[in-house]
Amino acid sequence: MTAVLENPATESPKPEVGAIPSFDVTLRIRRYNPESEHGEESIWDEFTVTAHGTDRVLDALHKIKWEQDGSLTFRRSCAHGVCGSDAMRINGRNRLACKTLLKDVNPDKPITVEPIKGLPVVKDLVVDMEPFFASYREIMPFLITSGNEPTRERLQSAEDRERFDDTTKCILCAACTSSCPVFWTDGQYFGPAAIVNAHRFIFDSRDEGATQRLEILNDKEGVWRCRTTFNCTEACPRGIEVTKAIQEVKRAMITRAF
Amino acid sequence: MQTHQYDVVIVGAGGAGMRAALEASGEARTAVISKLYPTRSHTGAAQGGMAAALANVEEDNWEWHTFDTVKGGDYLVDQDAAEILAKEAIDSVLDLEKMGLPFNRTPEGRIDQRRFGGHTREHGQAAVRRACYAADRTGHMILQTLYQNCVKQNVEFYNEFYVLDLLTDHDLTTEDLADGAEVNATGVVAYDLASGEIHVFQAKAIIFATGGAGKIFKTTSNAHTLTGDGMALAYRRGLPLEDMEFFQFHPTGLAGLGILLSEAARGEGGILRNSEGERFMERYAPTIKDLAPRDIVARSMANEVREGRGAGPNKDYVLLDLTHLEPAHIDAKLPDITEFARTYLGIEPYTEPVPVYPTAHYAMGGVPTNVAGEVLRDGHNVVKGLYAAGEVACVSVHGSNRLGTNSLLDINVFGKRAGRSAAAYAKTVAQHKELPENPTARVEAQLAEMRDRPEGERVADVRKALQETMDANAQVFRTGDSLNEALAEIRDLQKRYRNVSVQDKGKLFNTDLLEAIELGFLLDIAEVTVVAALNRKESRGGHYREDFPNRDDANYMLHTMAYRRPTSASDAADGHVAGYFDHVEDFGDYKVVLGSKPVTQTRYEPMERKY
Repeated sequence: MTAVLENPATESPKPEVGAIPSFDVTLRIRRYNPESEHGEESIWDEFTVTAHGTDRVLDALHKIKWEQDGSLTFRRSCAHGVCGSDAMRINGRNRLACKTLLKDVNPDKPITVEPIKGLPVVKDLVVDMEPFFASYREIMPFLITSGNEPTRERLQSAEDRERFDDTTKCILCAACTSSCPVFWTDGQYFGPAAIVNAHRFIFDSRDEGATQRLEILNDKEGVWRCRTTFNCTEACPRGIEVTKAIQEVKRAMITRAF
Repeated sequence: MQTHQYDVVIVGAGGAGMRAALEASGEARTAVISKLYPTRSHTGAAQGGMAAALANVEEDNWEWHTFDTVKGGDYLVDQDAAEILAKEAIDSVLDLEKMGLPFNRTPEGRIDQRRFGGHTREHGQAAVRRACYAADRTGHMILQTLYQNCVKQNVEFYNEFYVLDLLTDHDLTTEDLADGAEVNATGVVAYDLASGEIHVFQAKAIIFATGGAGKIFKTTSNAHTLTGDGMALAYRRGLPLEDMEFFQFHPTGLAGLGILLSEAARGEGGILRNSEGERFMERYAPTIKDLAPRDIVARSMANEVREGRGAGPNKDYVLLDLTHLEPAHIDAKLPDITEFARTYLGIEPYTEPVPVYPTAHYAMGGVPTNVAGEVLRDGHNVVKGLYAAGEVACVSVHGSNRLGTNSLLDINVFGKRAGRSAAAYAKTVAQHKELPENPTARVEAQLAEMRDRPEGERVADVRKALQETMDANAQVFRTGDSLNEALAEIRDLQKRYRNVSVQDKGKLFNTDLLEAIELGFLLDIAEVTVVAALNRKESRGGHYREDFPNRDDANYMLHTMAYRRPTSASDAADGHVAGYFDHVEDFGDYKVVLGSKPVTQTRYEPMERKY
């Protein structure tokens, strides 16, 4: 089928929502490639592409890679905000490139695109995710239970299920952790994403590992490093109230005896 | 080059791969190789639910589920496999709950269930609530839960490693092997994206769980990374691909974008309407209407558009109407998909209907396996030590059309089976089978040729032409003419592919190079899809031939088995292929030989498919 929003019929009584004509947009991209002539130095590179109404930043990056410079390197997979591959810094804010419409980031001016901060850059917009996943693994991100398994499912009330719903939405894109000023200056800090995933189990009525997780997060690199700047909440592409979750973990640490 | 030895190597870290890993890693030394980080796999994009006759909210049983699966697949389903799927569904869901999956709950605290297309009570009497779900992000929860449990079990992962070759001790493309002759899979060759280094993994058992190939189409719900790698590797090594002509088009992709909007939207009461506001599914499937199986709904939508009742300025989509549902209900049950409509189309589903059109979604076909997950090299002989599960495989539980919620089920049931079978087999093998001499030669030559070709056509141009011809000629409606046009274009694109070049000549994180390699997989999969579609001169499930609009059980109640063979192979050798249909030449140094395999029927006689 043809794309519907690019050429709205001129006599259409009500213009289609989101219909805007094609436009040129310039992306100013932070490049780094140790194999290139620039060696260890990162540089800014500019590309101009023609985009359409519903195009996202990822579409513009693809256009550059596919039509102008095949060496431009970034991660992506699902292209609609559920796999968490393409978190990057767009106009100074962490976002998913596939969930950020060009028209929403003022395409009249060059759009800056940089890798997320606080993780080692591998090439262009690709960072080494290993330290991020290492923190995640440390908080024991799995259900911990004791005793015999029931034959059928464990029962859980709808209210108990709702209690941790928000933090089950995490896609481990690292947008929150790499937006955190504490994480930038102290790479040892667990970071918001690890705490969000600890929250997901600490507040799951079926889980019995809260004490262990709270002990881990009571570490000097744990929740107490959080300065409540709300960058993480603003960055989360899934709309998780990250700062609130961290606050709840702090409160649990104070109120639960362990 | 680095060499690794494992008992079990699993290729792919989506639902099927990780489910297999949880079984195998406790029993045998196991590695999972994935071209993505595991949590990026496309299982995470599945939305609506996972079918199992738990009967938590109303009467249900696995026999009804089996029947629905067989009928939904237009009787091309292997009924023994469907029975296993439906029976083991119940434990599969309970396994996941015990692993921690946060299912939505009933007021009693049990796993909640909802309606989905083609799932009925009493053999088609009315829709039944069989889909276990977690809002509209069931796949996300399954992927996360399986990964969490892999972390718990210390499963070894090789992330961002692309498997580019399968090693066997016989060349199946050229050797005419006797019935019962032993063929072993011995390892895989992988490319480490970060460093550009080649790794050889020698293994006693290998499981392919590489997912689908939706990127052969332009409009698709599939991720950019779904390029049919596992299917193409098996095919190039001489293994057959089964039922590749059957590709599912999901009815409700966001118009123009193809982004999936779950069938759960209709399960929760959403209605499809044409430009006149008519609930048109009442005409096509009077009993279960909007909850008819996907092939029927997708065709009905395309037909509405063709007959001029499409909505929008170009009359090229229909409308998914949720406006009669309570916003609170939408927020609780369908939060993600309504956000997609807002984010990508600027549509508010509380008050406006959402433009939708069919989007390429799922390959029913794939690498043939038996119910233990063992890969077949013909109609019945297995390749020892080679297994497949999930979308890459064809068991066949989906036949010619998969029911919604049966794929999250498939990856769990058959991922588990493949993992168990592989580990059990590995334990019986004392020594690793010897690798061929120069195991990396093919891959290194392929990569060097692609990287070193100084200039040529752009990968993206060839890929775009492929996707456009597949959308235009091999989508919901097909004819001999449209398929021949697609095939001619694919032949031409295969030639052009030999002249594409990449701009990135580096070793580190060279995604330019890997996109070029993936395009080669896409071309092969598109080619076999179209060849098989041309051969099947009937309409069944997801394969609709306007020139042959009826199902033809007399001639085509058979699984297609497509083999790639060198052009030099004699016609007589082609004829040795089990259930020989035909062969198609003119691809340069190879041809496609089409054989077949009988459909396993147990208790259900084929009937006319009405809903």
